[in-house]
Amino acid sequence: MSLDELLVTGEPLIYAGMVSIVLVTGAIIFLLTYFKKWKWLWREWLTTVDHKKIGIMYILSALAMLFRAGTDALMIRTQLAFPDMNFLNAQHYDEIFTTHGTIMIFFMAMPFLIGLMNIVVPLQIGARDFAFPYLNALSFWSFFFGAMLFNISFVIGGAPDAGWTSYTPLAGDIMSEGPGQNFYLLALQLSGIGTLATGINLMVTILKMRAPGMTLFKMPIFTWSTLITMFIIVFAFPILTVALALMTIDRIFGSHFFTLAGEGLPMMWANLFWMWGHPEVYIVILPAFGIFSEVIATFARKRLFGYSVMVWSIILIAGLSFLVWVHHFFTMGAGAFVNSVFSVTTMAIAIPTGVKIFNWLATLYKSRIRTTTAMMWALAFIPSFTIGGITGVMLGMAAADYQFHNSYFLIAHFHYVLIAGTVFGCFAGLVYWYPKMFGHKLNERIGKWSFWLFVIGFHITFLPQYFLGLDGMPRRVFHIVPEWFNLNVLSTIGAFGMGLGFAVFVYNIYYSYRYSPREQNGDPWDGRTLEWATPTPVPEYNFAVVPNVTSHDAYWDMKAKGETGYDESKVEPIHMPNSTGQPFVMSAIMFFASFALVFEWIWLAVAGLIAVLVTMGMRSFDYNEGHHISADEIKRTERSARGL
Amino acid sequence: MANQSKNIPVKHIIGYVTSVVLTLVAAWAALGSNLPVMWIIISIFALAILQAVIQLFLFMHLTERGMGHAPWNMMFHGAVVFAILIAGSLFTMSFGFM
Repeated sequence: MSLDELLVTGEPLIYAGMVSIVLVTGAIIFLLTYFKKWKWLWREWLTTVDHKKIGIMYILSALAMLFRAGTDALMIRTQLAFPDMNFLNAQHYDEIFTTHGTIMIFFMAMPFLIGLMNIVVPLQIGARDFAFPYLNALSFWSFFFGAMLFNISFVIGGAPDAGWTSYTPLAGDIMSEGPGQNFYLLALQLSGIGTLATGINLMVTILKMRAPGMTLFKMPIFTWSTLITMFIIVFAFPILTVALALMTIDRIFGSHFFTLAGEGLPMMWANLFWMWGHPEVYIVILPAFGIFSEVIATFARKRLFGYSVMVWSIILIAGLSFLVWVHHFFTMGAGAFVNSVFSVTTMAIAIPTGVKIFNWLATLYKSRIRTTTAMMWALAFIPSFTIGGITGVMLGMAAADYQFHNSYFLIAHFHYVLIAGTVFGCFAGLVYWYPKMFGHKLNERIGKWSFWLFVIGFHITFLPQYFLGLDGMPRRVFHIVPEWFNLNVLSTIGAFGMGLGFAVFVYNIYYSYRYSPREQNGDPWDGRTLEWATPTPVPEYNFAVVPNVTSHDAYWDMKAKGETGYDESKVEPIHMPNSTGQPFVMSAIMFFASFALVFEWIWLAVAGLIAVLVTMGMRSFDYNEGHHISADEIKRTERSARGL
Repeated sequence: MANQSKNIPVKHIIGYVTSVVLTLVAAWAALGSNLPVMWIIISIFALAILQAVIQLFLFMHLTERGMGHAPWNMMFHGAVVFAILIAGSLFTMSFGFM
């Protein structure tokens, strides 16, 4: 195979993409060499098993992916505002909406939330690390390499173009020739390993490593939502794993699970995809609910209203999330009775969600609200998400869905829930926990600029799309009729407003790094939960003395009693895991094996698989016992961090 | 931990090897054997159930004591999801022919 068959040729925009990839990579290599940072990069980041650093890497990757998929979104919007400009052709447009959706869900929303969980959950439960720190590093690197595998598709081999749902038979090897769809299958498979491992890891961490006294119903609400999310991951992701594997076998080895020929059942793909896909919706929204609950309780300075009702409604949502998947394909023709059953379960799920909305409102009621940037994201979430939720109930009515299906009404609905829920939640969480991560706050003034630009841009983008949908504009079209023209231009203007808001957000990270005052103590927001009991920057071992918990706002009560949670007389040596390069190397080998399988170079893929097994074998005979931090060193660290 | 990690995990190795062998036998039954289709289906189902039982007992701590109720809790939830998956797929994918 020659080079011009391997690389994508003939598209000026893709050439520009290649040039920018080469320039950015070159710049990173130059900077690392010039400042002699290679060793630092390897020792501090690539080999770390520290949950806080892994979390930061998750969030940085997620922000990069938000930029990439956001650029895709702006290209989609540009094409739809100027359909006669020939900005994108049909094929290129298909590829872009596919990568936009896939990256936003798998490589932006999930890693952003998992990154926040990585940093916050062990701190909230008074633990010193994850239950399996090595596995946590492996999770991150398999996600990272999966994301990279997906991202190189548009310059090498061609991007997938069958939509993020990849319905068969369109995504099968007859109608989607070439490596594009293979990139989708293997990148998701690779990063899925990491997601499933994180699911087990965090579940065990929360169930087994809580501080003494912290019963399940004294856990902070973000930890609760994480625990439930991990249950959903552990039960839903295997369905995706199997479905992806079946389609991979279909495409590469010629089986007939989802084909039209050979007694295959193409619709079974849609069925399996949404059996995973609907729980997935709650995987990305429940942690965001948890973040909003924490932020609202902190800045309303009240105990979260109806804490146990909140917990039970999360559990109920999680249970129901496995019973509604058919509402994604009411029009497939399963019959009136089947559709009615799933219509009812879908409407039922609105009840616990509504309960949560009222609980947030009740927490805010008669409170003294501090309108910090994090709180403003949370306040904007409530009405925006409610609009998305109500239109979701409209879509959930099977008879009406025959009108709404695959129209822009649907597009508007899921962007209203995913952006107003998940993205606002990620931003709120990042702003809120930023001082814990980096030792300084994000600038509030610039933060509010980015907030207003993003939120106003969001509504200008997606509110018109409801009406476009009602006017009959279908999704996934690259050309529009004049009737839809005005609202599309409006929507595009809004999209660029959101882009500007994101740019200001990123600028704020740089600005705050340069100019924000450094934190003097670990509790910048007058917080309620245990993560604020640690000093900033958080030491490697998190808690010098494991705290004793008596209520669900543990740190709030400690402060009321005048305690800090640190008692020098109780300091003992702490056992910590060693850094290791194995997870990075293992995932890199998996990346090359998957890459070979994408191009169906079977023997190279087999060789890669054997190499992966060898690294796993090495891990099995690894007797690394970790190291101890001496009590003296802990006392020194705590004294300097706490200014004692 | 230090004592445990030096021992050879006999149970896990036996379970792993048996699982691989059973999978290979199933693959051979489907691809290489000349059995009638109905017998292929019956035999790979039997092999699948056998393998599930082996994995549950050799990997999933079913026989361990003193672990609380956690494994049974997860077993229950796993069974519920499994039931939803199978019954739900049959329910939705039969297109009114049931």
